This record gives sequence, C-alpha cells and structure tokens, in this order.
Amino acid sequence: MAYSPKVIDHYENPRNVGNFGTTADVKKRPDVGVGIVGAPECGDVMQLQILVDQETGKIKDAKFKTFGCGSAIASSSLATEWLKGRTIDEGLAIKNTQIVEELSLPPVKIHCSVLAEDAIRAAISDYKAKNPGAAGAAASTPASSASR
Amino acid sequence: MALKLPIYMDHAATTPCDPRVVEAMLPYFTEKFGNSGSRNHWFGWEAEEGIDWAREQVAKLLGANEKEVIFTSGATESNNLAIKGAAEMYEKKPAGQTGRGHIITCIIEHKAVLDPVKRLVKEGFDATFLEPGADGIVTAKMVEAAMREDTILVSLMWANNEIGTINEVREIGALCRKRGVIFHTDGTQWAGKMPVNVEQDNIDLLSMSSHKIYGPKGVGALYVRRRNPRVRLVAQQDGGGQERGFRSGTHNVTGIVGMGKAAEIALKEMDAEGARLLKLRQKMENALTKAIDVSQINGHLEKRLPHLTNISFGFVEGEGLMMAIKDIACSSGSACTSASLEPSYVLKGLGVGDELAHSSLRLSLGRWTTEEQVDFAIENITKAVLKLRAMSPLYDMHKEGIDLSKIEWAHH
Repeated sequence: MAYSPKVIDHYENPRNVGNFGTTADVKKRPDVGVGIVGAPECGDVMQLQILVDQETGKIKDAKFKTFGCGSAIASSSLATEWLKGRTIDEGLAIKNTQIVEELSLPPVKIHCSVLAEDAIRAAISDYKAKNPGAAGAAASTPASSASR
Repeated sequence: MALKLPIYMDHAATTPCDPRVVEAMLPYFTEKFGNSGSRNHWFGWEAEEGIDWAREQVAKLLGANEKEVIFTSGATESNNLAIKGAAEMYEKKPAGQTGRGHIITCIIEHKAVLDPVKRLVKEGFDATFLEPGADGIVTAKMVEAAMREDTILVSLMWANNEIGTINEVREIGALCRKRGVIFHTDGTQWAGKMPVNVEQDNIDLLSMSSHKIYGPKGVGALYVRRRNPRVRLVAQQDGGGQERGFRSGTHNVTGIVGMGKAAEIALKEMDAEGARLLKLRQKMENALTKAIDVSQINGHLEKRLPHLTNISFGFVEGEGLMMAIKDIACSSGSACTSASLEPSYVLKGLGVGDELAHSSLRLSLGRWTTEEQVDFAIENITKAVLKLRAMSPLYDMHKEGIDLSKIEWAHH
C-alpha cells in the first residue's frame, strides 16, 4: 500500500515524540493529562500527554509515543501538533475525520485516526479528572453536555 | 560496488526466474508454439517433447517416476486436486451417520490446504485440525493420536511458509502407510530447496510450485503415487483429458518447460545453495538477536528451512517496522499488512502472543542473496527497531518494570 506524502513526512520526522516523565511521575502531576489507548494485541497503542497551563486551560505542550503502523504514528504526531496552543475544550473539537482528511488515510487506516481522537479525549479527561475545578473542566461533564 | 536497492528478502513469497529458465522457455513462445495435444504434426510433437523433458526433470527432483507427475497451474491447484480428489475417491460409502470420512490436517497449514478441507467439512466430511506445540512442528505421535477408524486422508505441509519449521514427514508417511491412509504433503516451500525421495519419505501425494524455485509463475505439479499403493483421485477439472485425465486443459507448455529447467537446476545446486544460505541466515539471526533485546526467533530453532527466519522484535509493530526498512522487501505477521485486523494465524497457532505476532518479520533469502545484502539488512533493521522503540510507549513501560500483560487495555 502506498502512503501519502504527509504520512511519510510525519513518520520520518515525527513531531513531539516523548513524555513529561515516567508513568509514575506523570500520574502525580496535576498539569499533565495522559491518555493511553489501544492494546498491544491489536497492534496499536497510543500514549498522548498534554501539558496544560492551569490558569488559562491552554495546552502549552503535547507529546506522544506510539506502538503501531506508520499511519498510527503519523496520526498521533499530527494530533500533538494540532493540540499545542489550543484550550482543552478546543482540543476536544479535533475529530478523526479531520485527521483522515489531512493525512489522506485510506479506509483500512481510519481506525488509526479514531485511535488518535480517543487518545486526545482520554488525555483531556485525565487532566479534567485531576483538576475538577479548572477552567473548562465542567464543559464536558455528563450533566452539562446532556443539558445542551 | 554500490549496493543495489531495494533488496529482495521475500523468497518464500516468490523468487525471480533464473535466467537459464527464461532461456529454456523462450523458443516455446514463438518457434515451438504447438499444442501438445496435436498428435498429427511436428508442432504438436515438439511441444510434447518439451513437456516430457520437463516431467522427467520434476520426477528426478522428487525421486519419482515421470508417470507420477501431473502438471497444474500451481501449488494451490495441486493442493485442491490432491485433497478434494482423494477425499471424493476414498470417501466412506454409503455416507452414514459417521459422515463421509475423516481428514487430519493442522491449524498452521497454508490457506490452500485449510480452505479445501473446510469446504469438505461443509460437504459432510469430518476433520481434525492439529495444534502444533510452540515449536510449530507436527510429529507422527500427534497424527497417530488423532487417527480414527474412518480416517481417509492426512494432509500436512513439509515446511511451513511463515516460520520454515519442518514436520516429521517421513515418520508421518510411514504411519499413514501402515494404517492404509492416503498421505498428502504440501511441499511448496520444501521441494526444490531440500532433498525429496517420495519412496523413502513415504509420500502418496505431493504439491509443489514452480515460482518458489526460480521458475515461472502459473505452473506447479502434483506427485501422485502409482504403485504401493496406486493412488486414485477424482479429477476436479474435466475436459480434454490431458495429464492422464487428472487435469484437463491445454498444457501451459512454456511454463512447464520453465518449471522443468528450474527443477533441473534445483537438483544440481540445492546442497551448495542451502549450505550457503544457512550461513547467511545464521549470521543475520545472531547479529539481530544480539543487537536487539527482547527479540525472539519463532518456531523450532533447528528443525527449519535454511533460508528463512521469522523474528519478533518486542514493542515494535511489524508494519511500522517495514516502513522504516523500505529498502528491504520482506513480510510481517502484523495485522496491518493484511486487510483484516488479525495478526498471523500461524504465529497465533504457535501460541506466540498477539503482541509478538504483530511485531514479527519474515526474512527469506535466495539464490542471489549476498553477504553484503545481509549486512545491510542487519544494520538497517537494527537501526529501525531502535528508532521505533524510542517512539514506543510499550518499551518505556517495559523499562520501567511494568508488566504489560497485567494492564487492562481498552480493546477496540
């Protein structure tokens, strides 16, 4: 299967590879949200970490590590690029379809973009769970989303 | 001399035609183009001569008589003809409550064996799908334990296409002979690479392919035993009665001549070639498993083909890895290399965890593989694995001492 030039670019020059500390460290940091999605048996695991300015709710930095195919690596690399500078609520607006479009993913690779969206949501909800009163933290609680 | 890229290390998938094979085929496209069925003129005789010569070469390669070699379109057709043809011929009649008869095969066979057997099951036969141990080898003992009163056919490959492991063919053949059960072996990965003697190896039916042994695609053969016992098959393709009625259809004369030439060369060169490739493979395996921690060779370490290796590199996904080594053509057990999301059923069949199955590479060497190419592969695969591990959350967890099997993953 031929990869799109953008997938190849992200795969060969992945943006923002890394983390903000060990698994134990980031668990304790209230300014870091961690999302780990997927499973080794399925062939993809994405770990996305966001570093949030707790005053403004803005994502200052984002890092990823991914076990998976080229499209999975590219999707998570792209997600970190898009997250930086957004507020956590703006982060939730990122949809897998946008990732599919940006990277020209073929149908068999759509699950990579779904996984990236899941990772974003997981990281943001981890941050919110650590900061129940923080800016924007209430926006996606079940009660408030139901009332819209 | 600069290394020519990309490098081909997927000889278990297919091989390039040997130039000597192409040379032998060429006259049969233009000058000797006759239909071997044309019995009354020179053109037909010439084509028939070519086929007779090719049949002799294949028979020699197998230690068989020329009359026991049936040309087909490839190993898939040979397997279908052998399995369906034997099952239909030897079925228990009348079909009673016990069904039409029992077939023994194995879960890590090629799909061209599994699917014909599954079709027969739908049509009223019964089958046992043996599960090999972690080493991937089917023993005569396993077959004996699965044998029943109504067993009519055993179909087990000689060497596995994904991991190269070698089944106890001769012993299984002896057992089948003793029990009066027909024994078919899919010799696609074996015949032409390793010695065959259908007498000593107790084989009744053997499938083989031309394009795995440096011959052209679209042609294969089925060995069908004629004496002690005489094996009969129900033809699966009817028509002009070619190949003694086993396989109708105008002969693929060019292809058959090419296969004959490939068989002739294989018989002459297999010993030296096998020894040379074994050394190269050992060099590659030793270097890779030494440079990369948490890597494992899949299948039995000794009882396998000399030119093939299947290695899992933990915490790195196979397709991602292949993308990083795009100058090396090989294959992976990763789900992502197939349309389904299931990793290799062969590796799963050995009990290799799904995670390591996703992380596997199959590298298969061939006639023109050089040491320089092997060195290039070692260097590039090592670099790629280390690069991807720096990106792998699983490798971090492993280094932090987290047991990955204890984590509750969100399956999707």
